[in-house]
Amino acid sequence: MEMKNAVAGTLESGDIMIQISSGEGLEIDLQSSVAAQFGSQIKAVITETLKGLGIENAAVKAVDKGALDCTIRARVTAAAVRATGKDVWK
Amino acid sequence: MMFVPGNNPGMMADAHIYGPDSIMLDLEDSVTMAEKDAARLLVYNALKSIDYGTTEMVVRINPLNTPYGKKDVEAVVKAGVDVIRMPKTETADEVRELEAEILKVETEIGRVGETRIMAAIESALGIRNAFEIASASTRMMGIALGAEDYTANLKTQRTPGGAELLLARETIVVAARAAGIACFDTVYSNLDDMDTFRKEVELIKTLGFDGKSIINPRQIEVVNEVFAPSQKDIEKALRITAAIKEAQQRGSGVIAVNGKMVDRPVVIRAERTIALAIASGILSKEEAL
Repeated sequence: MEMKNAVAGTLESGDIMIQISSGEGLEIDLQSSVAAQFGSQIKAVITETLKGLGIENAAVKAVDKGALDCTIRARVTAAAVRATGKDVWK
Repeated sequence: MMFVPGNNPGMMADAHIYGPDSIMLDLEDSVTMAEKDAARLLVYNALKSIDYGTTEMVVRINPLNTPYGKKDVEAVVKAGVDVIRMPKTETADEVRELEAEILKVETEIGRVGETRIMAAIESALGIRNAFEIASASTRMMGIALGAEDYTANLKTQRTPGGAELLLARETIVVAARAAGIACFDTVYSNLDDMDTFRKEVELIKTLGFDGKSIINPRQIEVVNEVFAPSQKDIEKALRITAAIKEAQQRGSGVIAVNGKMVDRPVVIRAERTIALAIASGILSKEEAL
C-alpha cells in the first residue's frame, strides 16, 4: 500500500501522537512515561489497529501521554487514513 | 447537557465523572476543519469503548451540507450514540434529511429506530419554523437554542438580562411542548460570572425549559440547585400523588389535599416535581412510590 508521511494526535495529557511513514514490516518506536507497565499493550493496540486496516508495512513513531486504548485506536486510524488516503467511512 | 470538544481525548474520558445528565461530544464548532477526520474517529472509538454509565450521550455533528456531515452520521450511529444533535436547523426538511441518513446507517447495522434527534435552532428562520422542526420526526427528542449564532443573525449581541433572547426562548418552549418533546437552553460562556449564570438558569426554569447546556463542570452544581425542587414542594407533590392513588382505589375521580380540590394541572406539576427530585438525586424511586 502506498503511504506518505502523516501525523495524528497531540502531546496533550490523555492523548497520543502518531507519526506514520512507509517501512518494512511494522516497526514501532514508542515513547511513554508508562512504557514499563503498558508499553507492550500500547504496541499491541497499534499493531492490531494497523492490521485491521490492512497495513502490514509501516514505520510508526508514537509519543504517548497516557492515552486510553480507544484513543490509541482513533489516532492510529487517523494517521493511517491520512497516510494512505483510504477513508474508513463511506 | 455538558459540551465537550470532540478532539480532546482527556476531557472525553473524564467528562462523565462530574455527573452531568448528558454529555454532548462536539464535532462541529470546537473542531477545526483540518481535524474533523481525527475528531470523528476519536468520538467513534470513545462511544464504543468508554463506559459512560447512565449518562445520555449526544454528538453534535456537522451540517449535512458540508463534506463532514454524512460521515459524522455514519460514525456516531455505528458507535451507538443515543442522540444526534443537528446544528443550525432552519426547516423541517433538514430534520427529515437527517432522519433518512440515520435510517440508512441503522438499516445497514440492524439497529433501526434507536437513534434520536435533537435540533439546535440558531437563526431567525429556525425560530419561525420551530414547531415544524420540533414535530418533523418521531425521532425528535428535543430542540435547543443556540444563542451565539442566533444573536449574530438578529444583528444584536447577548446581554446579562437576555432581553434579546426572550422571544426565541419562549418560542422554543411553546414549540417543544406543542410537539410533546423536551427543550434545552443555550450555553452561558463566562465562567467567572456565576451570579449572572445562576440568574439565567432561574429565568429559563421559569420559562419552562427542561435543562441548560453547559460548557464546564463548575456549572453543573448551579443548574442542579436551581432545577431541584424544594423539600416543601416535594412533600406537597408526594401528598398529592398519594391522594390520587387513594382516590383511584376508591374509584373516585376527584381528590382534595389540605382541604383544596386538586385538578389535573396540579397533578401534572406534582408528577414533574417528583421526576425532578429523582433526577436531582434528592428522592429515590422507592420513596416516590
